[in-house]
Amino acid sequence: MPLIETTGLRKEFTVRRKAGRFRRRRHAVAAVDGIDLAVERGEMLGYIGPNGAGKSTTLKMLTGVLSPSGGEARVCGLRPVAQRTRLARRIGVVFGQRSQLWWDLPLRESFRLLRYVYRVPSAEHAARLAECRRLLDLDEFLDTPVRQLSLGQRMRGEITAALLHGPEVLFLDEPTIGLDVVSKQAVRSFLADLGAAGDTTLVLTTHDLADIEKLCRRLVVIDHGRVVHDGSLAELHARYDSRRRVVVDLDAPWDGTPVPAGATVETVAADGFRVTFGLAGGTAGDLVAALAGTGSLRDVSVLEPDIEEVVARLYAEPA
Amino acid sequence: MGTVSTVLSPPALRTGMALAGAGFRRWATYRQAMLAGAFTNTVFGFLRTSVMLAVAAGAGGVAAGYRGPQLATYVWVGQGLLAVVQLWGWTELSDRVRTGDVQSDLLRPVHPVLSYLAADLGRAAFALCSRFVLPMVVGLIAFDLYLPHRPATYPLFLLSMLFATVVSFGVRYLVNLTAFWLLDIRGVIMAWLLCSNALTGMYFPIAFLPGWAQAVLWYATPFPSILQAPVDVVVERGTAGHQATVLAVQGCWAAVMLAAAVVVQRRAERRLVVQGG
Ligand SMILES: Nc1ncnc2c1ncn2[C@@H]1O[C@H](COP(=O)(O)OP(=O)(O)OP(=O)(O)O)[C@@H](O)[C@H]1O
Ligand SMILES: [Mg+2]
Repeated sequence: MPLIETTGLRKEFTVRRKAGRFRRRRHAVAAVDGIDLAVERGEMLGYIGPNGAGKSTTLKMLTGVLSPSGGEARVCGLRPVAQRTRLARRIGVVFGQRSQLWWDLPLRESFRLLRYVYRVPSAEHAARLAECRRLLDLDEFLDTPVRQLSLGQRMRGEITAALLHGPEVLFLDEPTIGLDVVSKQAVRSFLADLGAAGDTTLVLTTHDLADIEKLCRRLVVIDHGRVVHDGSLAELHARYDSRRRVVVDLDAPWDGTPVPAGATVETVAADGFRVTFGLAGGTAGDLVAALAGTGSLRDVSVLEPDIEEVVARLYAEPA
Repeated sequence: MGTVSTVLSPPALRTGMALAGAGFRRWATYRQAMLAGAFTNTVFGFLRTSVMLAVAAGAGGVAAGYRGPQLATYVWVGQGLLAVVQLWGWTELSDRVRTGDVQSDLLRPVHPVLSYLAADLGRAAFALCSRFVLPMVVGLIAFDLYLPHRPATYPLFLLSMLFATVVSFGVRYLVNLTAFWLLDIRGVIMAWLLCSNALTGMYFPIAFLPGWAQAVLWYATPFPSILQAPVDVVVERGTAGHQATVLAVQGCWAAVMLAAAVVVQRRAERRLVVQGG
């Protein structure tokens, strides 16, 4: 049985819009509009979509803080809203915009309190905390009150707080928002290790597609509350026919040498010394070998398909 | 409620104690605010004592059954209790509803009413050690205060303060919960401020009112249980039996308010719309 399962999950919000001078009409807006999802234990799922697509709303329903307007959800075999307190022991949640730490107390105190709140055996708690302290570099600010932490420091604290009770599922809503390059890398490699260990299921929303590239084999893209893609990143590339590219620098201007099947010339620089090939099949090796035969090959670089580009194309499609 | 036994299980109590400890330390970090508050309450203690003693003098030394020193104690204990029961200004929960941060409270495996209650008791304990004690010491030095004659009154007074804090917490929690329905709760807060000042015994002892009004207030509203009750216990108004009745009324109101908070919380969650992404 999947660890997370939803069928036709919906959430409508009622909003009041101005209709004429004084009248306001109530409108139902579907933020999540029938989502079917099954996530197996140990999966790392990237849940992405443009602003307002309904990602956070979905996570709120899966964690039990928001009642769905329709459809069903099961997480760890529990009904999130009805069994919220039981579910809370088995999941960890990081909403990048919010804090679950005690604002006025040092980070260390928050961690100690969480041990009582989640009733974690002392040894287990200590082991997990030691691990997070090492991997997320917490020691420097462990005794600082949470309100004085920088965003990146707090976020590392939040992730630790979400993991101290050993959750089966970790929901992360934009955990790398506003982090500098170093913190981002620390968080990413930490999450990658966590996923690789295989005990924790990860559901991650982000606008930083590098997070997805590094962490998630499976990608669910939603738009206007509906799933528009569910599969691997490679499948997404295939769907949009996005290609690897080979960029070569030549000693002499490009003269139209025949290239192996699958490779096509995409652009030639004005002076003719730099050519970009698209690879729809075949290998970069074949192409380079063919070019090397001309004797004017100076430099080669291979570019992987660009995730930003393909996702932008997906978002731009009418839902 | 079948949950009472789970709430009182040892692990649950340890959780509660830890949360209360956090509430205590959280408030203990704001020492200057504490001192400023204690100072203000002390200044008002002087003003109110002189008014009360003038009233008593005008009434021939006894007003509504309180003698002069009892009235002075009423004032000073009241000034200290203000902070312990936190009569004014608690909008933390409604603020969190408005900003959507309440979501973090719901993601914990502890009932929100319990975790807020535990934190509030921790806060009250800190207030007892600081904002209650400081004005009391000043009052004791500056005035002839009534001190309990029966030793049992001291523990009963502590129990009465505990009940008072729980009742006050319940009312404040319910006031804050209205934020789930009305995102702007200033009107509700105003109503609560009026009641908390006039009907708890803060402005004048409830006994100054006609008998029927006293009965209505004590039995049909939680307000006298919040302030007048602990004061009446400590000044030993009436017999030991009267003390027991006051405590029983308070205990009932504490239970009723907590139950109401749990019920309303459940309804509030059903219509919860978490604000903000
Ligand atoms: N409390 C609310 N009341 C009314 N509408 C809401 C509310 N919360 C969200 N919405 C609407 O629901 C839709 C989905 O919002 P949601 O926060 O789930 O988007 P998101 O995918 O997380 O976007 P982002 O990437 O910007 O975080 C949006 O159109 C938003 O306006
Ligand atoms: Mg969001």
